[in-house]
Amino acid sequence: MGCGTSVATEIQGKKVETGDDVTIKIPNPALTMKAAILIQRWYRRYVARLEMRRRYTWNIFQSIEYAGEQDQLQLSSFFSFMLDNFTQLNGNGPDLISQLLDPVVDPWLDRDTCYNLIPVPESYTGPRLSFPLSISDTNALLSAFKEQQTLHARYVLQLLYETKKLLKQMPNIIHLSTSYTKEITICGDLHGRLDDLLLIFYKNGLPSAETPYVFNGDFVDRGKKSIEVVILLFAYLLLYPDYMHLNRGNHEDHIMNLRYGFTKEVMQKYKTHSREILQLFQDIFSLLPVATVIDGKILIVHGGISEQTDLDFLSSIERHKVKSALRFPRHSLEQLDISQSSRQTKIMRSTDSFCSSSSHSKNQKTPNLRSAATHRLPFLDSLSSISVPSPPQHEREWKQIVDILWSDPKMQEGCSPNTFRGGGCYFGPDITQRLLLQHGLQLLIRSHECKQEGYELCHGGQVITIFSASNYYEEGSNRGAYIKVGRELVPRFYQYQVSRTTRRLTLTQRVRAAEGSALKALKEKLFSHRTELMAGFQQYDQNNTGTVSVSEWALVLEAGLRLDLPWRTLRPHLSRLAPDGSVEYQSCFEDMGPGIPLPQVTPNLADTLFRYRTDIEIIFNIIDKDHSGLISTEEFRNTWRLFSAHLGVDIDDRAIDDLARSIDFNKDGSIDFTEFLEAFRVVHKLDSKDQQFNGKTFQ
Amino acid sequence: MAESKQSAELTEVQKKIRATFEAFDYEFNNTVDVREIGTIIYALGCFPSQKDLHDFIAQVEEDHTGWIHLDKFLPAMTEVLLEHKFPPIPEDLVLQAFEVLDKEKKGYLDPEELTKYMTQEGEPFTQVEMDEMLTAHADHEKNCICYKDLISQLTIDPDL
Repeated sequence: MGCGTSVATEIQGKKVETGDDVTIKIPNPALTMKAAILIQRWYRRYVARLEMRRRYTWNIFQSIEYAGEQDQLQLSSFFSFMLDNFTQLNGNGPDLISQLLDPVVDPWLDRDTCYNLIPVPESYTGPRLSFPLSISDTNALLSAFKEQQTLHARYVLQLLYETKKLLKQMPNIIHLSTSYTKEITICGDLHGRLDDLLLIFYKNGLPSAETPYVFNGDFVDRGKKSIEVVILLFAYLLLYPDYMHLNRGNHEDHIMNLRYGFTKEVMQKYKTHSREILQLFQDIFSLLPVATVIDGKILIVHGGISEQTDLDFLSSIERHKVKSALRFPRHSLEQLDISQSSRQTKIMRSTDSFCSSSSHSKNQKTPNLRSAATHRLPFLDSLSSISVPSPPQHEREWKQIVDILWSDPKMQEGCSPNTFRGGGCYFGPDITQRLLLQHGLQLLIRSHECKQEGYELCHGGQVITIFSASNYYEEGSNRGAYIKVGRELVPRFYQYQVSRTTRRLTLTQRVRAAEGSALKALKEKLFSHRTELMAGFQQYDQNNTGTVSVSEWALVLEAGLRLDLPWRTLRPHLSRLAPDGSVEYQSCFEDMGPGIPLPQVTPNLADTLFRYRTDIEIIFNIIDKDHSGLISTEEFRNTWRLFSAHLGVDIDDRAIDDLARSIDFNKDGSIDFTEFLEAFRVVHKLDSKDQQFNGKTFQ
Repeated sequence: MAESKQSAELTEVQKKIRATFEAFDYEFNNTVDVREIGTIIYALGCFPSQKDLHDFIAQVEEDHTGWIHLDKFLPAMTEVLLEHKFPPIPEDLVLQAFEVLDKEKKGYLDPEELTKYMTQEGEPFTQVEMDEMLTAHADHEKNCICYKDLISQLTIDPDL
């Protein structure tokens, strides 16, 4: 830059002959200020619009995520349905499913694990763990995972076996004290993000006596490295049981794992031993403690609380009985050969109890849980046909755990069923206040919800949400964070964000990337409900003009998809307008189609296949015991018939037979279901062009 | 005739205001956090200055509770929209503003220059805002901000 003063005098000396153009004058201080304000206003508006887009992108992701969890209930109720009605059927499918899902084996009991019989080849270059674990073992695991290595199944099984043994000794609620340790670090959801875990260890230090950790659930699912994450966590747990603490999350649940990726990951990485590994995980997950308390003042649980939450009661129940929040325990309890009397004695054995000033007597409290629960939890419908009575005690215990794992805080007072998620409650500030008071606590730390800054306070600072998976929805969507708390019990927050690129993405780029991704997911939803939506549109378009008003368009989408989104705002990204300002509704489905040519199916069936593609894939994977990618036509037919009957989709047997025949390409009685499913993967026709325009926008 | 057209326009305007407001009404109780008001007003197509926002908020805030209720927001915002109180800034005006700052008529600004103006003049940017503007749009090779490109970049985004 030139010398400031000389340039200034030079400009001041110049006279600009502008005539009419009065805004370009010799810059004087007042004008400079005006110019600056103008630019600032203009720029701030641009940023605000970006913020708007970021917001609705966030809404889209969240809505779809929660809607997906609702779908999850469909799947789990289907499994219950199958088990209840078809356990006597011969054939591979239902038997395997019943073995995988039916908790015939009490997680408390030891399973037969012959890990020491599994040979580890010379060629294996990964870590060879020796038990009890030492620091060199955990370091070996860290390096191995950083280099994308997989731990051999033999060591995985041994690790899990040891972890299970350890967890059996732990109480439901762990008590920690800051007086013997330095600060305690509390982390939230990781969801299989190894990079985030490694970043936390790097920034904050590895678990040790000086750096104790609490991990607040949801270690697995969604991310691609759930196995690595959970192996590291368990390894440190075994190494330092006094300095490493794990709470159960709602994804530490074998049925959630079926849908959200963990089961699939295990089956892919451990082809031969996946079943055994998964069974051990199933046990371990239900044996994880459900809560941690620091200095009797800070309560840490994964989801939240409800008005029924009672920490004394919670400490007394047998947590491992709740294998999955999504399978009502009654069924499993009947199959367990435990008499009433022995149960009573177990309940008496209370490992911890809180000083409770609560006046109500637990035994007298008998809320009408069945009807309330049935209303909230659709899968119970499938069990209602079996009229075996069940004592309310089991329901109470199950509800205690589900509330802890699934609830979310809300701003308004009171406690209402969490219909969004299909389990747990929404709890208001009064509920928090009451619980904290009741147990002499001062803070509730929970996770379960993704937050843009990685953490968020609510209920007047009495509740903190901590979330540790950065970029959860998309690159740049959110930061991760962890909390450190010392003797003074004042939480301090540390944020971070894993970045795949070396160059920092600008806000614009981040918003665009996230938006593109969200809109794609949303369009897929539209496409997979095409038949239903078209029927809805046509109701408003009696004259067959191909158009409906914007309001009508929004109404149809709202009713059809049941996603609470700002449809009007999203309209330009989803559909085209006719010259008169009405919506050409066909344009919603224009740039998407099936992956490969569809087998002959009715539109209704096609939609169902698109919509439940993930669930169907899971079912097929379970049936396909030997991981050949093939299932028999018979299995396919039975499964599909059941599934669609359960969903209430009207499909006649002949259509199913036709379908089975048409996808049995070799006519050899077996179906390559991977290829079949490919046909029902929604493909975005403009995918390559998408890079340029970041999502087509209609005018 | 004119009257019904007016009232039709009024309804449309109010629908728009409601829809945008609702996007920030997380509790479904017709209130939004006062800190979101700026974003809402911008989203409705307005270009208020910080002072404008301040004055507006003073008008509609519920006694410094930090919340703004739709009942107060709707009439105030309707007035703003119908009277075009915070009109959009046309591209050429922004260009001229940049040219005022570009005293040497280089056609671009150095990051230091721009930072000085944006953080010391007018209604100053925060550090975060400044960083974003620089990283988003500075030409990293030449280390300058070519404001003509900047303007066309930021204006090309689809208007919602």
